[in-house]
Amino acid sequence: MSSDGAQRDGAEQGETGGEAAEGRTVRVVLVDDHRMFRTGVQAEIGETGRTGVEVVGEAADVDQALTIITATRPEVVLLDVHLPGGGGVEVLRRCAAMMTDAERPVRFLALSVSDAAEDVIGVIRGGARGYVTKTITGTDLVDAIFRVADGDAVFSPRLAGFVLDAFASSDAPPIDEDLDRLTQREREVLRLIARGYAYKEIAKQLFISVKTVESHVSAVLRKLQLSNRHELTRWAAARRLV
Amino acid sequence: MTTAPPRAETSYAPAPDPDDPPVRKLYRSADGRLLGGVARGLAGHLGLPVSWVRIVFLALFMADGMGALLYAAFWFFVPLGVGGVEHRQPAPADARRRLLRHRPDKGQVFALIALLIGASIVASRFQLGQADGYLWPVLLIGAGVALVWRQADNSRRAQWLELGRRKALLPMVRGAAGVLLVGVGVTGIVVLQGSVRHLGSVLQAALAVVVGIALLAGPYLVRMTQDLSEERLMRIRAQERAEVAAHVHDSVLHTLTLIQRNADHPREVARLARAQERELRAWLYKPEGRGKEEDEEPATLAEAVRKAAAEVEDDHGVPIEVVVVGDCPLDEPLGAQMQAAREAMVNAAKYGGEGGAVQVFAEVEGRTVFVSVRDRGPGFDLDAVPEDRMGVRESIIGRMERHGGTARLRSAPEGGTVVELEIERAAPEGEI
Repeated sequence: MSSDGAQRDGAEQGETGGEAAEGRTVRVVLVDDHRMFRTGVQAEIGETGRTGVEVVGEAADVDQALTIITATRPEVVLLDVHLPGGGGVEVLRRCAAMMTDAERPVRFLALSVSDAAEDVIGVIRGGARGYVTKTITGTDLVDAIFRVADGDAVFSPRLAGFVLDAFASSDAPPIDEDLDRLTQREREVLRLIARGYAYKEIAKQLFISVKTVESHVSAVLRKLQLSNRHELTRWAAARRLV
Repeated sequence: MTTAPPRAETSYAPAPDPDDPPVRKLYRSADGRLLGGVARGLAGHLGLPVSWVRIVFLALFMADGMGALLYAAFWFFVPLGVGGVEHRQPAPADARRRLLRHRPDKGQVFALIALLIGASIVASRFQLGQADGYLWPVLLIGAGVALVWRQADNSRRAQWLELGRRKALLPMVRGAAGVLLVGVGVTGIVVLQGSVRHLGSVLQAALAVVVGIALLAGPYLVRMTQDLSEERLMRIRAQERAEVAAHVHDSVLHTLTLIQRNADHPREVARLARAQERELRAWLYKPEGRGKEEDEEPATLAEAVRKAAAEVEDDHGVPIEVVVVGDCPLDEPLGAQMQAAREAMVNAAKYGGEGGAVQVFAEVEGRTVFVSVRDRGPGFDLDAVPEDRMGVRESIIGRMERHGGTARLRSAPEGGTVVELEIERAAPEGEI
């Protein structure tokens, strides 16, 4: 998504509108097992000129991540998918309570070098609010951090492609017919994201507001976590609920 | 060991390998053996035809059973090797295949029968039945021990070939048969010693001892087998790691060197890095065997789109992000669409590449195939292009229309150009 477009998106969002967004600070924890990469991200964020992102902690594996997240309670965790000690999914699983915390929810943005479908879908199912690859520019990353901090979702075009693909191929089994599927509008939004449009451009194209686009995307994420009964069963089994 | 099977006669000519290392160790041959592979191993070691060695053994066997003793000694003490010494290279794969579907071939059965006949001749000649009462039990024990030993032999061979999934039932039956034979032999000796009266209590005591040992050693044995399988797993992991390391060394390090040398040419650096990234990704995340035969003609839409994007990316040094939803086999109209899409990508890379990555999206929905190519360049006005410039009109729009599809070009209001290509698939046979 184009940087200036996204920045203006931020300005259009209700309570953080206008200059207030500039004064706001988002506390971020970086979880990645490569020190070089963590340093690189810090530098990139510093270079973007928007000082609103403050890195309050770093972690290199699952246990460290848990400790630092519990201690600092950041608003956003930049989470690598491949981590020693169980991977990003394990961090998400153990932080499940913090994600749903009503007062100060911790939100996760997956930041990975891999854009393989199982990695992407895995962390989204785990509860991450977005997924960006490590090729992202600093400006886009800061935008994504702000967006996730505000409770919105960030979809990369590739991620949207995976979701579309998953729903296209699940046309055959009639089991999940009655459970919530993506609506026509949500698929339309996903399709435009997959084609590389920014949220603002999508809004213009579909004659809806950016806020509506974001709510569609959030709905997709929500549905994606448990897209059908089969998935529900697996999810429950994995957490020893049944 | 009377006759060698015909295939062995022909295929085992003593042809000493010129590259053979000078120090040769004696191994029993696991490949093409009749009994223990002793004769074959010796033949390979001495450079003689295997049938000669067999005849010598047979002759010695007739002379008071010397051959049998010798053979047994070799069998016990010479380790098992893989393949005959004559042909080392093809042996592992061959032996593995033999192991996988191992059935007693005719030669082996024949050899066993011959052995039995020979044994009975020897037995009758020496009138062992009457001479010594202990001999039969001893023979039985010997047979049992041989059975169990051969067993160990096989498992060692299997370990050699790292063949984890061998059939568990047959070895167990054989092991049990060996133990039974030894047991019968021992009992025979006990009976012959005249201590039949105590047989019951002796058996009970023996059983108690065995159970006690099993109880004591059981957990230890279990742990040991677990350790062993864990160790095997670690070895497999290590091998995988080594393969990754080799790949990273070969391609990634070389590319990094190239990048260092071209540090002054940002475009070239970007091109190298993109190409290497794509290759590494294909190697890491794609299923086995894919991404290695880049030169082959793509058979499906997804492959074709990715290939075209990769080539344009390499040629122009502009990153192209590809998203493909669904897939279908490539037919003629789709081929035309791919060419049009490629042209659009080239245009986007040439004129719109400065604004950021070019985005390519392809979707198969039912019978409709949709491709969009989007750049963030200065935009494009078809009417402003002179009449004589045919690139867009012919290569993209004209080509699509000739094949019954549509092409739309427009400038996005936010900057950049969007090319949308839509076409119906021709053959409905490959229905999804």
